[in-house]
Amino acid sequence: MIKSTELSKKYGNVTVLNIPTLEIPKGQSFGLVGNNGAGKTTYFNLLLDLIKPTTGNVLNNEIQVNKSEDWKPFTAAFIDESFLIGYLTPEEYFYFIGELRGMNKADIDTFLSQFKEIFNDEIIGKKKYLRDLSKGNQKKAGIVAALIGNPEVVILDEPFANLDPTTQIRLKKLLKELTVKNKTTLLVSSHDLGHVTEVCERIVVLDKGVIVKDLETSEETLKELEAYFSV
Amino acid sequence: MIKHFLNFEWKQFFRSSYWQKSIALNILMGFLALYFMLTFLVLGISIYPILKKQFPESDPLIMVNGFLFYWFLGDLVMRFFMQKLPVLNIKPLLILPLKRSSILNYVLGKSAISFFNFLPLFAIIPFGVILIFEDYSTTTALIWMLLMYIFTLIINFLNFIIEAKSAETELSFLPIIAIASGLFALNHFEIISISTALGNAVNTIISNPLLIIIPILVLVGLYAINYLELKKKLYVDGSLKAKADVATTTDLAWTRRFGDIAPFLQLDLKLLWRNKRPRSSLFIVVIGLLYGLIFYPNPTYQNIPAMFVFVGIFVTGIFMINFGQFIPAWDSGYYKLLMSQNIKYKQYLNSKYSLMTISAVIMFVLSIPYVYFGWKILAIHFAAMVYNIGVNSHVLLYGGSFNRKKIDLTQRAAFNYQGTGAVQWIIGFPLLLIPILFFYVPYKFINFEAGIITLIILGGIGIVFHQKLMNFITKQYLNSKHKMISAFDQNN
Repeated sequence: MIKSTELSKKYGNVTVLNIPTLEIPKGQSFGLVGNNGAGKTTYFNLLLDLIKPTTGNVLNNEIQVNKSEDWKPFTAAFIDESFLIGYLTPEEYFYFIGELRGMNKADIDTFLSQFKEIFNDEIIGKKKYLRDLSKGNQKKAGIVAALIGNPEVVILDEPFANLDPTTQIRLKKLLKELTVKNKTTLLVSSHDLGHVTEVCERIVVLDKGVIVKDLETSEETLKELEAYFSV
Repeated sequence: MIKHFLNFEWKQFFRSSYWQKSIALNILMGFLALYFMLTFLVLGISIYPILKKQFPESDPLIMVNGFLFYWFLGDLVMRFFMQKLPVLNIKPLLILPLKRSSILNYVLGKSAISFFNFLPLFAIIPFGVILIFEDYSTTTALIWMLLMYIFTLIINFLNFIIEAKSAETELSFLPIIAIASGLFALNHFEIISISTALGNAVNTIISNPLLIIIPILVLVGLYAINYLELKKKLYVDGSLKAKADVATTTDLAWTRRFGDIAPFLQLDLKLLWRNKRPRSSLFIVVIGLLYGLIFYPNPTYQNIPAMFVFVGIFVTGIFMINFGQFIPAWDSGYYKLLMSQNIKYKQYLNSKYSLMTISAVIMFVLSIPYVYFGWKILAIHFAAMVYNIGVNSHVLLYGGSFNRKKIDLTQRAAFNYQGTGAVQWIIGFPLLLIPILFFYVPYKFINFEAGIITLIILGGIGIVFHQKLMNFITKQYLNSKHKMISAFDQNN
């Protein structure tokens, strides 16, 4: 589904990402881990054509992302709060995204009803603008918005950060269902090795922009990752 | 301490992407600054001989003092629009081991070294020096110069108080216009002759140098007011933090009839209404609409229709210019979302274009009552509307592709008064002045109708080639997409 070749990003003389080849098949749940500065967000930004690659390219379903905009209809992402429109209420925001993805209000209302648990009555119908919600609730709204319209590719940067424990557990369940039921290609990054091994079938470890491990998740993966990171 | 602050300022200025992209504009600003300095210099040098020649029996110094009121009033109004309150991102400094007083003194002190305070010196010093060379005593000349500089600083700090108050009350520039025109009217109709009073006061101080203590006390007082006002705001739960508004949900179902741009149109309307900064551009519309009243009834302009073209472009285009200048910076806070969502750039830009077009038509309709001053004015307004829709809107959109300055919509007005500097005003000039030229040339050589038709044809060409122009503009935006994303990501 997503194929990057000879992908690199340099700022001046510093290479922040260098991936000779990486292919993520359709329906895979793909986890990206690495310490700060490893290049996780850079990679996601490149997938979304938010920054320009220094060399190489990214194909999303055979569409080169910096040549054509045709990947946008089936791709959704939540990278950070700058994906939220602060002066809208969460409902308006969901309707707006829904409209961009060809769903009307009724569709969105039905869609939102399945997130009632996650929202925990703190998001819908609260007469608050997104900018006035807490960080955690903003994140919930952003993640849910990224799932609107059954996109084939969903990219979430650090989805578990800032969330309360209950929501973390619910979100893990939700993400697992997503790949199983809808055949969604899911890309997440996380600093929590436990969460990421639980959700993802495949885990790639980045270090200073280079892939150092590419693991099929198994019983031992968590231990292996913990061993790798405890230096 | 001051050393660190200055260092931060320096870095903030030179490390922002704004500086790096706009070298051309900075050069333009440099020339403009040079121009003003020269103008003031010439004024300072020539005013004494001119007055001496024109009014041989009056004392030039006393005459100049009589006009000071107008100078100060003009200075105050100009500063309000051009001078930004010294903005320093104060929040990170609050918990550092710094005395609050030194932060405050720095912010206020920095404003004293603004260009606007140096500019008058270019006129004050030459005039003062000439006074010394003429028959005035050196003390008189020195006291006069000192006094003028104190007044300049008084205006500086007075302006910040007015700016702070108008920002708090969300009245934008209504207060300054009210104050300035009120003072002017009082003086003009000689209800209170402020200019004479001020002139007399200055004359008295020059002859009794000790009295200079009074303006100094006024200056200290204004500084103290500024200091105390700012001090109140130095808390994160005060004005450094945003209050949560109660959200009102609106449907805006009527926008549906605009087809696939409807969601963006709704978004833009909410943007305008729910955020302080853009909301003020709605209030400006009212001012713009009344602008014609200054010119049309005035007989001196009756034979200069070119002036009316200016008014026409202004009246029908005020919202367009105000809103259009900051495309796409209005959306800078969530630009990454727009760029990765299922949105075609062209749709997005078309929505902005539609909004500007609708505004021009509405403004034209609202300005129809001006027909009272003659059918020519209506014709000019119509031509101006067509020109705005066909030409200026596209120019604004094109200009937007060079926009690299983020607008933080959540920022309260407290430490972010105008948010724009002189740059935005300069960009506005060609939009207003070039159509005058297009009108004036055929008007001069053929007749009035030819001028009107030229404007309509130019606008018509823009409208006919709208699709082609939009394709070109979209390409420009696509080319600078990554630069915009990274610039909007920066905080300054």
